[in-house]
Amino acid sequence: MSRTPYLRGAGLLRFGRHEGKSTLDLMSEAAQAALDDAGLKRGDVDGVVCGYSTTLPHLMLSSVFCEHFGLAPSYAHSLQLGGATGLAMTALAAQLVAGGAAKNVLVVAGENRATGQSRDASVQTLAQVGHPLYEVPLGATIPAYYALVAARYMHDHGISEADLAEFAVLMRAHAATHPGAHLREPIALADVMASKPIASPLKLLDCCPVSDGGAAVVVSCKPGAQTVRIRGAGQAHQHQHVSAIRNFDDLGAAASAARAFSAAGVTRGDIRHAAIYDSFTATLAILLEEIGFAQRGEAGAMARAGHFARFGALPLNLHGGLLSYGHCGVGGAMAHLVETFLQCAQRAGPRQVADPSLAFVHADGGVMSAHVSLVMERVR
Amino acid sequence: MIADWTQGAQRLAYDACAACGAHWSLPRPFCPQCGSDKIERREASGLGTVASATEVTRAPSKELQAYAPYTLLLVDLDEGCRVMAHGEKGLAIGARVKAGFRDFGGAMTPVFGAV
Repeated sequence: MSRTPYLRGAGLLRFGRHEGKSTLDLMSEAAQAALDDAGLKRGDVDGVVCGYSTTLPHLMLSSVFCEHFGLAPSYAHSLQLGGATGLAMTALAAQLVAGGAAKNVLVVAGENRATGQSRDASVQTLAQVGHPLYEVPLGATIPAYYALVAARYMHDHGISEADLAEFAVLMRAHAATHPGAHLREPIALADVMASKPIASPLKLLDCCPVSDGGAAVVVSCKPGAQTVRIRGAGQAHQHQHVSAIRNFDDLGAAASAARAFSAAGVTRGDIRHAAIYDSFTATLAILLEEIGFAQRGEAGAMARAGHFARFGALPLNLHGGLLSYGHCGVGGAMAHLVETFLQCAQRAGPRQVADPSLAFVHADGGVMSAHVSLVMERVR
Repeated sequence: MIADWTQGAQRLAYDACAACGAHWSLPRPFCPQCGSDKIERREASGLGTVASATEVTRAPSKELQAYAPYTLLLVDLDEGCRVMAHGEKGLAIGARVKAGFRDFGGAMTPVFGAV
Protein backbone atom coordinates (compact mmCIF):
# COMPACT_ATOMS: atom_id res chain seq x y z
CA MET A 1 0.00 0.00 0.00
CA SER A 2 1.28 3.41 -0.98
CA ARG A 3 2.16 5.88 1.78
CA THR A 4 1.30 9.55 1.61
CA PRO A 5 4.39 11.77 1.22
CA TYR A 6 4.37 14.87 3.41
CA LEU A 7 6.57 17.93 3.45
CA ARG A 8 7.58 17.72 7.07
CA GLY A 9 9.96 20.62 7.40
CA ALA A 10 11.95 23.14 5.40
CA GLY A 11 14.98 25.38 5.63
CA LEU A 12 15.74 28.35 3.42
CA LEU A 13 18.85 30.46 3.74
CA ARG A 14 19.14 34.13 2.98
CA PHE A 15 20.15 34.49 -0.70
CA GLY A 16 22.77 37.00 -1.76
CA ARG A 17 26.44 36.97 -0.88
CA HIS A 18 27.76 34.57 1.75
CA GLU A 19 31.44 35.54 1.72
CA GLY A 20 33.76 32.65 2.49
CA LYS A 21 31.02 30.00 2.52
CA SER A 22 31.42 26.88 0.38
CA THR A 23 28.81 24.68 -1.28
CA LEU A 24 29.07 22.23 1.61
CA ASP A 25 28.74 25.03 4.17
CA LEU A 26 25.55 26.29 2.56
CA MET A 27 24.10 22.79 2.04
CA SER A 28 24.84 21.99 5.69
CA GLU A 29 23.19 25.16 6.99
CA ALA A 30 20.08 24.52 4.89
CA ALA A 31 19.97 20.85 5.92
CA GLN A 32 20.28 21.69 9.61
CA ALA A 33 17.50 24.27 9.31
CA ALA A 34 15.22 21.74 7.60
CA LEU A 35 15.94 19.02 10.18
CA ASP A 36 15.30 21.46 13.02
CA ASP A 37 12.06 22.54 11.39
CA ALA A 38 10.99 18.92 10.93
CA GLY A 39 11.94 18.01 14.50
CA LEU A 40 14.34 15.33 13.28
CA LYS A 41 17.89 14.30 14.15
CA ARG A 42 20.58 13.17 11.72
CA GLY A 43 19.90 9.53 12.58
CA ASP A 44 16.28 9.86 11.48
CA VAL A 45 17.31 10.59 7.88
CA ASP A 46 17.28 7.39 5.83
CA GLY A 47 17.25 8.99 2.39
CA VAL A 48 19.21 11.88 0.84
CA VAL A 49 18.69 13.44 -2.56
CA CYS A 50 21.12 16.13 -3.73
CA GLY A 51 21.54 18.05 -6.95
CA TYR A 52 24.77 19.58 -8.23
CA SER A 53 26.89 22.65 -7.67
CA THR A 54 28.84 24.50 -10.36
CA THR A 55 31.40 25.53 -7.73
CA LEU A 56 31.79 21.95 -6.47
CA PRO A 57 31.55 19.82 -9.60
CA HIS A 58 31.92 16.41 -7.94
CA LEU A 59 30.87 13.01 -9.33
CA MET A 60 29.26 12.03 -6.01
CA LEU A 61 27.91 15.13 -4.34
CA SER A 62 25.41 13.18 -2.23
CA SER A 63 28.12 10.96 -0.73
CA VAL A 64 30.39 13.95 -0.15
CA PHE A 65 27.56 15.79 1.57
CA CYS A 66 26.46 12.81 3.69
CA GLU A 67 30.02 12.26 4.94
CA HIS A 68 30.50 15.98 5.62
CA PHE A 69 27.17 16.50 7.38
CA GLY A 70 27.29 13.22 9.27
CA LEU A 71 24.60 11.10 7.65
CA ALA A 72 24.59 7.39 6.88
CA PRO A 73 21.35 6.94 4.90
CA SER A 74 20.19 3.70 3.30
CA TYR A 75 19.46 5.61 0.07
CA ALA A 76 21.30 8.56 -1.51
CA HIS A 77 22.21 10.04 -4.85
CA SER A 78 22.37 13.25 -6.84
CA LEU A 79 20.49 14.21 -9.94
CA GLN A 80 20.87 16.95 -12.51
CA LEU A 81 18.11 18.67 -14.41
CA GLY A 82 19.26 22.28 -14.50
CA GLY A 83 16.84 24.68 -12.89
CA ALA A 84 14.23 21.96 -12.49
CA THR A 85 16.56 19.86 -10.33
CA GLY A 86 15.19 20.88 -6.94
CA LEU A 87 11.62 20.00 -7.87
CA ALA A 88 12.71 16.75 -9.52
CA MET A 89 14.55 15.88 -6.29
CA THR A 90 11.41 16.58 -4.29
CA ALA A 91 9.17 14.61 -6.65
CA LEU A 92 11.60 11.70 -6.40
CA ALA A 93 11.66 11.94 -2.61
CA ALA A 94 7.87 11.78 -2.61
CA GLN A 95 8.00 8.63 -4.73
CA LEU A 96 10.61 7.07 -2.43
CA VAL A 97 8.40 7.72 0.58
CA ALA A 98 5.24 6.60 -1.20
CA GLY A 99 6.94 3.39 -2.29
CA GLY A 100 8.35 2.65 1.14
CA ALA A 101 12.02 2.97 0.16
CA ALA A 102 12.62 5.62 2.81
CA LYS A 103 10.78 7.28 5.70
CA ASN A 104 12.55 10.63 5.94
CA VAL A 105 14.24 11.92 2.80
CA LEU A 106 16.44 15.00 3.09
CA VAL A 107 16.32 17.02 -0.14
CA VAL A 108 19.15 19.54 0.02
CA ALA A 109 20.83 22.15 -2.16
CA GLY A 110 23.30 24.97 -1.67
CA GLU A 111 25.89 26.80 -3.71
CA ASN A 112 28.21 29.79 -3.43
CA ARG A 113 27.42 30.61 -7.05
CA ALA A 114 27.99 34.35 -6.62
CA THR A 115 31.15 34.51 -4.50
CA GLY A 116 32.68 31.15 -5.45
CA GLN A 117 33.56 32.08 -9.04
CA SER A 118 33.90 35.04 -11.37
CA ARG A 119 30.84 36.35 -13.17
CA ASP A 120 32.31 35.27 -16.52
CA ALA A 121 32.93 31.76 -15.17
CA SER A 122 29.31 31.54 -14.05
CA VAL A 123 28.00 32.81 -17.40
CA GLN A 124 30.21 30.38 -19.32
CA THR A 125 29.37 27.36 -17.16
CA LEU A 126 25.65 27.97 -17.53
CA ALA A 127 25.95 28.57 -21.29
CA GLN A 128 27.05 24.93 -21.62
CA VAL A 129 23.41 23.79 -21.56
CA GLY A 130 23.63 24.84 -25.21
CA HIS A 131 25.08 22.67 -27.96
CA PRO A 132 28.89 22.53 -27.63
CA LEU A 133 29.53 22.77 -31.40
CA TYR A 134 26.48 24.44 -32.92
CA GLU A 135 25.40 26.95 -30.24
CA VAL A 136 28.01 27.74 -27.57
CA PRO A 137 30.78 28.87 -30.01
CA LEU A 138 28.41 31.52 -31.38
CA GLY A 139 28.83 33.47 -28.15
CA ALA A 140 25.48 32.34 -26.79
CA THR A 141 24.61 32.67 -23.11
CA ILE A 142 21.66 31.60 -21.00
CA PRO A 143 20.08 35.06 -21.37
CA ALA A 144 20.61 34.84 -25.14
CA TYR A 145 18.97 31.41 -25.41
CA TYR A 146 15.98 32.62 -23.39
CA ALA A 147 15.94 35.86 -25.38
CA LEU A 148 15.46 33.86 -28.58
CA VAL A 149 12.47 32.09 -27.02
CA ALA A 150 11.16 35.38 -25.58
CA ALA A 151 11.50 37.31 -28.85
CA ARG A 152 9.51 34.68 -30.70
CA TYR A 153 6.87 34.55 -27.95
CA MET A 154 6.50 38.35 -28.04
CA HIS A 155 6.25 38.31 -31.84
CA ASP A 156 3.66 35.52 -31.95
CA HIS A 157 1.44 36.85 -29.18
CA GLY A 158 1.79 40.63 -29.38
CA ILE A 159 3.69 41.11 -26.13
CA SER A 160 5.64 44.27 -25.28
CA GLU A 161 8.78 44.61 -23.18
CA ALA A 162 6.66 46.56 -20.69
CA ASP A 163 4.39 43.53 -20.33
CA LEU A 164 7.39 41.42 -19.32
CA ALA A 165 8.70 44.16 -17.04
CA GLU A 166 5.56 43.87 -14.91
CA PHE A 167 6.91 40.62 -13.50
CA ALA A 168 10.21 42.18 -12.46
CA VAL A 169 8.31 44.87 -10.58
CA LEU A 170 5.94 42.34 -8.99
CA MET A 171 8.71 39.98 -7.86
CA ARG A 172 10.62 42.89 -6.33
CA ALA A 173 7.50 44.04 -4.48
CA HIS A 174 7.07 40.53 -3.08
CA ALA A 175 10.75 40.29 -2.12
CA ALA A 176 10.45 43.54 -0.14
CA THR A 177 8.42 41.60 2.43
CA HIS A 178 10.97 38.77 2.80
CA PRO A 179 14.10 39.48 4.86
CA GLY A 180 16.04 36.72 3.09
CA ALA A 181 15.66 38.08 -0.44
CA HIS A 182 18.78 39.00 -2.42
CA LEU A 183 17.22 42.11 -4.00
CA ARG A 184 14.73 44.11 -1.93
CA GLU A 185 15.08 47.66 -3.21
CA PRO A 186 11.73 48.59 -4.80
CA ILE A 187 11.78 49.11 -8.56
CA ALA A 188 9.32 50.71 -10.98
CA LEU A 189 8.45 49.74 -14.52
CA ALA A 190 10.63 52.57 -15.81
CA ASP A 191 13.64 51.16 -13.94
CA VAL A 192 13.22 47.82 -15.68
CA MET A 193 12.80 49.48 -19.08
CA ALA A 194 15.88 51.66 -18.51
CA SER A 195 18.12 48.88 -17.20
CA LYS A 196 21.07 47.97 -19.39
CA PRO A 197 20.56 45.61 -22.32
CA ILE A 198 21.77 42.01 -21.89
CA ALA A 199 20.24 40.11 -24.82
CA SER A 200 17.26 41.83 -26.41
CA PRO A 201 14.44 41.87 -25.42
CA LEU A 202 15.92 41.00 -21.99
CA LYS A 203 17.48 43.77 -19.93
CA LEU A 204 19.34 43.47 -16.63
CA LEU A 205 16.19 43.71 -14.50
CA ASP A 206 14.47 41.07 -16.65
CA CYS A 207 17.18 38.66 -15.44
CA CYS A 208 17.50 36.95 -12.07
CA PRO A 209 20.67 37.69 -10.10
CA VAL A 210 23.40 35.13 -9.42
CA SER A 211 23.26 34.40 -5.69
CA ASP A 212 24.81 32.36 -2.94
CA GLY A 213 22.22 30.44 -0.97
CA GLY A 214 20.78 27.14 0.06
CA ALA A 215 17.50 25.37 0.68
CA ALA A 216 16.37 22.01 2.01
CA VAL A 217 13.18 20.12 2.76
CA VAL A 218 12.36 16.86 4.49
CA VAL A 219 9.89 14.64 2.65
CA SER A 220 8.51 12.19 5.15
CA CYS A 221 5.91 9.49 5.74
CA LYS A 222 4.72 11.60 8.69
CA PRO A 223 3.61 15.24 8.57
CA GLY A 224 5.08 18.11 10.57
CA ALA A 225 3.12 20.37 12.92
CA GLN A 226 0.93 21.33 9.97
CA THR A 227 -0.13 18.70 7.48
CA VAL A 228 1.20 19.56 4.02
CA ARG A 229 1.32 16.77 1.51
CA ILE A 230 2.74 16.38 -1.97
CA ARG A 231 -0.40 15.40 -3.80
CA GLY A 232 0.94 14.90 -7.31
CA ALA A 233 3.88 15.46 -9.62
CA GLY A 234 4.50 15.57 -13.35
CA GLN A 235 7.36 16.07 -15.76
CA ALA A 236 7.93 16.72 -19.47
CA HIS A 237 11.11 16.59 -21.54
CA GLN A 238 10.63 17.62 -25.17
CA HIS A 239 14.00 19.09 -26.19
CA GLN A 240 17.34 20.18 -24.79
CA HIS A 241 18.67 22.75 -27.27
CA VAL A 242 16.90 25.91 -28.40
CA SER A 243 17.75 24.90 -31.97
CA ALA A 244 15.68 21.74 -31.48
CA ILE A 245 12.47 23.35 -30.21
CA ARG A 246 9.69 22.16 -32.51
CA ASN A 247 6.81 24.36 -31.37
CA PHE A 248 7.35 27.56 -29.38
CA ASP A 249 3.82 27.25 -28.00
CA ASP A 250 4.43 23.70 -26.71
CA LEU A 251 7.68 23.68 -24.74
CA GLY A 252 6.66 20.99 -22.25
CA ALA A 253 5.21 23.10 -19.43
CA ALA A 254 1.61 22.32 -20.29
CA ALA A 255 2.28 18.59 -20.54
CA SER A 256 4.17 18.56 -17.22
CA ALA A 257 1.44 20.50 -15.43
CA ALA A 258 -1.32 18.35 -16.91
CA ARG A 259 0.45 15.22 -15.62
CA ALA A 260 0.77 16.75 -12.14
CA PHE A 261 -2.89 17.84 -12.06
CA SER A 262 -3.95 14.38 -13.23
CA ALA A 263 -1.76 12.61 -10.64
CA ALA A 264 -3.22 14.86 -7.93
CA GLY A 265 -6.78 14.45 -9.16
CA VAL A 266 -7.31 18.22 -9.35
CA THR A 267 -7.80 20.76 -12.11
CA ARG A 268 -5.91 23.96 -12.79
CA GLY A 269 -8.88 25.94 -11.56
CA ASP A 270 -8.60 24.35 -8.10
CA ILE A 271 -5.16 25.91 -7.52
CA ARG A 272 -5.17 28.76 -4.95
CA HIS A 273 -1.53 29.89 -5.04
CA ALA A 274 1.47 29.17 -7.18
CA ALA A 275 5.24 29.36 -7.36
CA ILE A 276 6.62 29.28 -10.87
CA TYR A 277 10.19 29.45 -12.18
CA ASP A 278 11.19 32.95 -13.19
CA SER A 279 14.80 32.93 -14.32
CA PHE A 280 13.74 35.78 -16.60
CA THR A 281 10.55 37.82 -16.75
CA ALA A 282 9.79 36.12 -20.06
CA THR A 283 10.22 32.67 -18.51
CA LEU A 284 7.47 33.40 -16.03
CA ALA A 285 5.09 34.89 -18.60
CA ILE A 286 5.58 32.01 -21.02
CA LEU A 287 5.15 29.34 -18.32
CA LEU A 288 2.00 30.99 -16.94
CA GLU A 289 0.49 31.10 -20.40
CA GLU A 290 1.51 27.65 -21.57
CA ILE A 291 0.26 26.06 -18.36
CA GLY A 292 -2.95 28.02 -18.75
CA PHE A 293 -2.92 30.27 -15.68
CA ALA A 294 -3.16 33.13 -18.20
CA GLN A 295 -4.56 33.33 -21.70
CA ARG A 296 -1.96 33.67 -24.47
CA GLY A 297 -0.51 37.13 -24.48
CA GLU A 298 -2.34 38.15 -21.31
CA ALA A 299 0.07 37.32 -18.47
CA GLY A 300 1.68 40.76 -18.33
CA ALA A 301 -1.66 42.56 -18.36
CA MET A 302 -2.93 40.25 -15.59
CA ALA A 303 0.15 41.02 -13.51
CA ARG A 304 -0.47 44.73 -14.05
CA ALA A 305 -4.06 44.25 -12.85
CA GLY A 306 -2.95 42.58 -9.61
CA HIS A 307 -3.99 39.03 -10.51
CA PHE A 308 -0.71 37.53 -9.20
CA ALA A 309 -0.34 39.72 -6.11
CA ARG A 310 -0.77 38.46 -2.54
CA PHE A 311 -4.48 39.27 -2.51
CA GLY A 312 -5.03 38.61 -6.20
CA ALA A 313 -6.82 35.64 -7.73
CA LEU A 314 -3.60 33.60 -8.02
CA PRO A 315 -0.88 34.76 -5.58
CA LEU A 316 2.47 33.98 -7.22
CA ASN A 317 6.04 33.69 -5.91
CA LEU A 318 5.32 35.50 -2.66
CA HIS A 319 9.01 35.26 -1.64
CA GLY A 320 10.10 37.26 -4.69
CA GLY A 321 11.03 34.44 -7.05
CA LEU A 322 14.36 33.98 -8.73
CA LEU A 323 14.10 37.54 -10.04
CA SER A 324 14.38 39.03 -6.55
CA TYR A 325 14.76 36.35 -3.86
CA GLY A 326 17.64 35.21 -6.04
CA HIS A 327 19.07 32.20 -7.84
CA CYS A 328 21.80 30.01 -6.37
CA GLY A 329 21.36 27.07 -8.76
CA VAL A 330 19.53 24.01 -7.48
CA GLY A 331 18.41 25.94 -4.42
CA GLY A 332 16.73 28.55 -6.63
CA ALA A 333 13.56 26.61 -7.43
CA MET A 334 13.70 25.09 -3.96
CA ALA A 335 13.07 28.57 -2.58
CA HIS A 336 9.79 28.46 -4.51
CA LEU A 337 9.09 25.10 -2.90
CA VAL A 338 9.92 26.26 0.62
CA GLU A 339 7.78 29.38 0.22
CA THR A 340 4.89 27.21 -0.97
CA PHE A 341 5.36 24.92 2.03
CA LEU A 342 5.30 27.89 4.40
CA GLN A 343 2.21 29.27 2.67
CA CYS A 344 0.43 25.90 2.89
CA ALA A 345 1.44 25.61 6.55
CA GLN A 346 0.19 29.17 7.17
CA ARG A 347 3.63 30.17 8.42
CA ALA A 348 4.37 32.85 5.82
CA GLY A 349 3.78 35.77 8.19
CA PRO A 350 3.36 39.07 6.35
CA ARG A 351 3.39 37.22 3.02
CA GLN A 352 0.61 34.78 3.97
CA VAL A 353 -2.03 34.19 1.28
CA ALA A 354 -5.69 34.00 2.23
CA ASP A 355 -6.38 30.48 0.99
CA PRO A 356 -3.38 28.16 1.31
CA SER A 357 -5.29 24.94 0.56
CA LEU A 358 -3.95 23.88 -2.83
CA ALA A 359 -0.74 25.02 -4.50
CA PHE A 360 1.13 24.49 -7.75
CA VAL A 361 4.91 24.66 -8.15
CA HIS A 362 6.73 24.50 -11.48
CA ALA A 363 10.31 24.79 -12.69
CA ASP A 364 12.15 24.39 -15.97
CA GLY A 365 15.74 23.44 -16.60
CA GLY A 366 17.96 24.22 -19.57
CA VAL A 367 16.07 26.54 -21.90
CA MET A 368 12.49 25.49 -21.25
CA SER A 369 13.93 22.00 -21.77
CA ALA A 370 13.08 19.92 -18.67
CA HIS A 371 9.86 20.64 -16.80
CA VAL A 372 8.79 19.47 -13.34
CA SER A 373 5.47 20.32 -11.68
CA LEU A 374 4.20 19.63 -8.16
CA VAL A 375 0.78 19.94 -6.58
CA MET A 376 0.90 20.56 -2.82
CA GLU A 377 -2.01 20.45 -0.44
CA ARG A 378 -2.74 21.69 3.05
CA VAL A 379 -4.71 18.89 4.70
CA ARG A 380 -6.96 19.86 7.59
CA MET B 1 30.54 13.40 -44.34
CA ILE B 2 30.30 16.98 -45.60
CA ALA B 3 32.36 19.42 -43.55
CA ASP B 4 30.39 22.40 -42.25
CA TRP B 5 31.28 25.66 -40.48
CA THR B 6 32.07 23.87 -37.22
CA GLN B 7 35.00 22.28 -39.10
CA GLY B 8 36.02 25.56 -40.68
CA ALA B 9 34.21 25.16 -44.03
CA GLN B 10 32.04 27.96 -45.41
CA ARG B 11 28.99 25.74 -45.49
CA LEU B 12 25.82 24.84 -43.61
CA ALA B 13 24.79 21.20 -43.61
CA TYR B 14 21.92 19.10 -42.37
CA ASP B 15 20.99 15.43 -42.03
CA ALA B 16 18.30 13.76 -44.10
CA CYS B 17 16.79 10.35 -43.39
CA ALA B 18 16.39 8.18 -46.49
CA ALA B 19 13.81 6.02 -44.72
CA CYS B 20 11.27 8.52 -43.42
CA GLY B 21 12.34 11.81 -45.02
CA ALA B 22 13.02 13.68 -41.76
CA HIS B 23 15.52 16.56 -41.84
CA TRP B 24 17.47 17.91 -38.83
CA SER B 25 20.49 20.10 -38.21
CA LEU B 26 22.29 18.78 -35.08
CA PRO B 27 24.14 15.77 -36.57
CA ARG B 28 23.81 12.18 -35.40
CA PRO B 29 24.29 8.83 -37.15
CA PHE B 30 20.66 7.75 -37.00
CA CYS B 31 17.22 9.26 -37.48
CA PRO B 32 15.74 10.54 -34.21
CA GLN B 33 12.27 10.13 -35.73
CA CYS B 34 12.30 6.56 -37.08
CA GLY B 35 15.64 5.15 -35.90
CA SER B 36 16.94 4.38 -39.38
CA ASP B 37 20.72 4.58 -39.95
CA LYS B 38 20.26 5.47 -43.62
CA ILE B 39 21.36 9.05 -43.07
CA GLU B 40 22.75 11.48 -45.64
CA ARG B 41 24.59 14.67 -44.64
CA ARG B 42 23.68 17.31 -47.22
CA GLU B 43 24.84 20.82 -47.96
CA ALA B 44 22.16 23.42 -47.26
CA SER B 45 21.36 26.18 -49.74
CA GLY B 46 21.91 28.78 -47.00
CA LEU B 47 18.47 30.25 -47.67
CA GLY B 48 15.98 30.50 -44.84
CA THR B 49 13.59 32.54 -42.75
CA VAL B 50 14.34 34.17 -39.39
CA ALA B 51 12.54 32.24 -36.63
CA SER B 52 13.87 34.46 -33.83
CA ALA B 53 16.52 37.07 -33.17
CA THR B 54 18.33 38.63 -30.22
CA GLU B 55 21.02 41.29 -29.98
CA VAL B 56 23.57 40.09 -27.43
CA THR B 57 25.17 42.93 -25.47
CA ARG B 58 26.70 40.89 -22.66
CA ALA B 59 29.09 38.31 -24.14
CA PRO B 60 30.24 35.24 -22.18
CA SER B 61 33.94 36.26 -22.13
CA LYS B 62 36.29 39.21 -22.44
CA GLU B 63 37.47 37.88 -25.81
CA LEU B 64 33.98 37.78 -27.29
CA GLN B 65 32.89 41.01 -25.60
CA ALA B 66 35.03 42.77 -28.21
CA TYR B 67 32.50 41.65 -30.85
CA ALA B 68 29.43 42.82 -28.88
CA PRO B 69 26.77 43.71 -29.63
CA TYR B 70 26.19 40.84 -32.04
CA THR B 71 22.96 39.37 -33.32
CA LEU B 72 22.06 35.73 -32.71
CA LEU B 73 19.38 34.15 -34.86
CA LEU B 74 17.37 31.01 -35.11
CA VAL B 75 16.85 30.42 -38.82
CA ASP B 76 14.41 27.97 -40.39
CA LEU B 77 16.35 26.72 -43.40
CA ASP B 78 14.43 26.15 -46.62
CA GLU B 79 15.43 22.49 -46.31
CA GLY B 80 13.08 22.18 -43.31
CA CYS B 81 15.32 22.36 -40.25
CA ARG B 82 16.37 25.05 -37.79
CA VAL B 83 19.87 26.38 -37.03
CA MET B 84 21.37 28.93 -34.67
CA ALA B 85 23.65 31.48 -36.32
CA HIS B 86 24.74 35.08 -36.34
CA GLY B 87 22.84 37.69 -38.32
CA GLU B 88 23.01 41.24 -39.54
CA LYS B 89 21.74 43.76 -37.01
CA GLY B 90 18.05 44.53 -37.17
CA LEU B 91 16.72 41.39 -38.89
CA ALA B 92 13.08 40.79 -37.96
CA ILE B 93 11.30 37.51 -37.37
CA GLY B 94 9.93 36.33 -40.71
CA ALA B 95 12.69 38.00 -42.77
CA ARG B 96 14.10 36.03 -45.69
CA VAL B 97 17.84 35.55 -45.24
CA LYS B 98 20.90 33.95 -46.85
CA ALA B 99 24.00 32.67 -45.07
CA GLY B 100 27.45 34.14 -45.36
CA PHE B 101 30.45 33.42 -43.17
CA ARG B 102 32.90 35.42 -41.06
CA ASP B 103 35.37 35.01 -38.25
CA PHE B 104 34.04 35.23 -34.71
CA GLY B 105 36.48 34.68 -31.86
CA GLY B 106 38.90 32.87 -34.16
CA ALA B 107 36.31 30.45 -35.56
CA MET B 108 34.29 30.26 -38.77
CA THR B 109 30.75 31.41 -38.03
CA PRO B 110 27.64 31.59 -40.21
CA VAL B 111 26.12 35.05 -40.45
CA PHE B 112 22.82 35.57 -42.22
CA GLY B 113 21.93 38.70 -44.12
CA ALA B 114 18.70 39.89 -45.71
CA VAL B 115 18.08 38.46 -49.18
